[in-house]
Amino acid sequence: MSTVTNIPPQFEIVDRPLDTQMTISMGPQHPSTHGVLRLELVLDGEMVIKATPDIGYLHTGMEKLFEYKKYQQGIVITDRMDYLNPLGNNLAYVMAAEKLLNLEIPERAQTIRVLMCELQRIASHLVWLGTHALDIGAMTVFFYCFREREKILNMIEAASGGRLTPSYFRIGGLMMDLPSGFERRVAQFLDNFPKALDEFHTLLSGNKIFQKRTQGVGRISAEDAIDWGLSGPCLRGSGVDLDIRRANPYSSYEQYDFEVPTEPDGDVWSRYMVRMREMGESHKIVRQALPRLKPGPVKADAPKVVLPDREAMKKHMDALIHHFLIITEGFDVPAGEVYHPIEASKGELGVYMKSDGGPKPSRVHFRGPSFVNLSALPQMSEGEMVADIVAVIGSLDIVLGEIDR
Amino acid sequence: MESGVDNTPLSSQAEGDKIQTPSQLVAAFERGHPDWVSSVVTAHGETTVVVPREHIVEACTFLKAWPEGRFDFLADLCGADRGVEEEPRFEVNYHLFSTTKHHRIRLKVLLNEADPHVPSVTGVWRTANWHERETYDLFGVIFDGHPDLRRILLPEDWQGHALRKDFPLRGYEPYSLK
Amino acid sequence: MGLENIIAEALPEVLTTRLDSLINWARKSSLWPATFGLACCAIEMMNATSSRNDLARFGSEVFRASPRQADVMIVSGRVSRKMAPVLRRIYDQMPEPKWVISMGACATSGGVFDNYAIVQGVDKVVPVDVYIPGCPPRPEMLIHAVMMLQDKVMKESVRDRRDVLEEEAREAVVPGTLPVTDGSTARQNTLPESRPYTIASRHERRRSS
Repeated sequence: MSTVTNIPPQFEIVDRPLDTQMTISMGPQHPSTHGVLRLELVLDGEMVIKATPDIGYLHTGMEKLFEYKKYQQGIVITDRMDYLNPLGNNLAYVMAAEKLLNLEIPERAQTIRVLMCELQRIASHLVWLGTHALDIGAMTVFFYCFREREKILNMIEAASGGRLTPSYFRIGGLMMDLPSGFERRVAQFLDNFPKALDEFHTLLSGNKIFQKRTQGVGRISAEDAIDWGLSGPCLRGSGVDLDIRRANPYSSYEQYDFEVPTEPDGDVWSRYMVRMREMGESHKIVRQALPRLKPGPVKADAPKVVLPDREAMKKHMDALIHHFLIITEGFDVPAGEVYHPIEASKGELGVYMKSDGGPKPSRVHFRGPSFVNLSALPQMSEGEMVADIVAVIGSLDIVLGEIDR
Repeated sequence: MESGVDNTPLSSQAEGDKIQTPSQLVAAFERGHPDWVSSVVTAHGETTVVVPREHIVEACTFLKAWPEGRFDFLADLCGADRGVEEEPRFEVNYHLFSTTKHHRIRLKVLLNEADPHVPSVTGVWRTANWHERETYDLFGVIFDGHPDLRRILLPEDWQGHALRKDFPLRGYEPYSLK
Repeated sequence: MGLENIIAEALPEVLTTRLDSLINWARKSSLWPATFGLACCAIEMMNATSSRNDLARFGSEVFRASPRQADVMIVSGRVSRKMAPVLRRIYDQMPEPKWVISMGACATSGGVFDNYAIVQGVDKVVPVDVYIPGCPPRPEMLIHAVMMLQDKVMKESVRDRRDVLEEEAREAVVPGTLPVTDGSTARQNTLPESRPYTIASRHERRRSS
């Protein structure tokens, strides 16, 4: 910061609170709260003394609804939880159920899961980038991001039939195999994506205004981050090298070679850089996953759990019976409880699933990363300017559907 | 089983310590503090320790600082209703995780319906604050010593606790503008 | 655009038309939506305004953060019971003429979430002009809905859309005021007073009767 000398006394900057506090309500209808978050801000002039998040404006009662749905019906609900990363939610849910059922997933299905999840991670980060930049005042990035994201959505739609709510992963494998020509589309996307990533860097990373708005804003130290339970890019932005894909690998992530980007400063800029680099890493993982796609089954060999193929139903009586039973009565899951964490695009997405032996779960709880990351907002925003709150919220990458569930 | 969460720490990140599985850790924990452990269940590669509720804060404080385990990260805290007739009816699950050794453990506290009180662990991890508020909101479990125990997801004038098994799926009153 | 030259040559200086047609034409050509993103559908709503779909072609891309400047409220997503009073308040803050598009299955009927937390259809809270099916609807469907709304606007009369407050509305309690959530009410062990949602606006009552 440059030092200005010879300031007349009446314009001297006084570093002293104004002693006039004002409480304002920000949200729930506010363009920069990424949904229906409400903040109660206690302000002193423009300085935030206390920020209290008030959530629940999108409470959907999903965890109650899971208890009334069969296991395979619950997948549909998970799509609508973190709607920027639906495949990650699908994965966490089905893997928890598979853990209870002790199912062995074929290799091809695991590879496709990794591939789709990483594509979805890029798509999720693209929405974060677009909206984060939009909040700070750079509108152009939004259009560039959505242009790239549309390509990923088209691929997800080709595979699953849904753009935003794919429900592509099923308990025991996938809904169906990839369509023909999918690999070519992914390869084409991969060839063009680094160029797009460079564009984003050109638009934002070198932008002086963006740097000033983000560097040193919303700091949180590594100890505080762990204490507050931050995870994902928010934790790695504070310099903690922790990624569930590395720490507790699932779905054959241990076979992929990728870096876990960390940044030391713990401010908005660090979290921005971590996510930007993560998109590059996801790109790398998808690149590695493509040649691994060897022909093979995409569903586990468990006829009582996995729906049979249409063709088999026309020829084999037992396939028809199994299909009928799974659809009408569901399948019994052995009693027990599991907690399955995955690295979603926002952090550790954990599913606590408890079964009492029937076709419906007794309790399903989602540990939403946004929920926990948002709870640290008061710590990060204390002493910041009101306009920086928007930057801090953007850097947390919250999705209210997951927070309120 | 798929290569889900195997609770063994990765050798590269074990900082040269001898590799310990969570069950070994729990055995050592139980030897050190037998009255803090009611029972231990190992299933699906996960270890659950049932802790009497009066010892939960001590157990959490110990596990957080314990050099063998170093469970410094409270991944999740959630309640569950075991059923209207069950006694004890409620349970509170604490999912602990070690950011350096990468293993996980679950602590469980069982609560009676008549007395759903449990000491708060917000003093150990600040992240417990919202988790405990959510559990209070949806199950009516009261966390003693919580700094700010009030509803978090449902409106403040809401009646009942939504995730209890005896709460109807569609709620009580029909929605109206009146 | 050079349109002025053509119009100046082709049209007489004085043009007679119905006031309704002229005003409705002006209204439908710039329907400004309120930024009211709730859930998954909000992402598709953002998509509709972005590069691929470009809602600006239909004069409807200027999303206004303030309800005072908006004409259309696109209810994009599920409305929880906690959100319903807020939604109603934002609707009340919008000046006439105002329209509502209910985007997606959740806003229209509650969708898959038939439970205690979700209002089973936003039409229980505000009057809806266009419903869009789908979970979530594609951006093209939202554009179609905007075009349908434009058709509807053309058929309306200016007289129906006057923003006149009734006497009782003037005396009414401020609807849907949000409570202070510092926990004081919980500590005093008293329940906050139940909050009336609102007094029905003029054209809403005319419609329901």
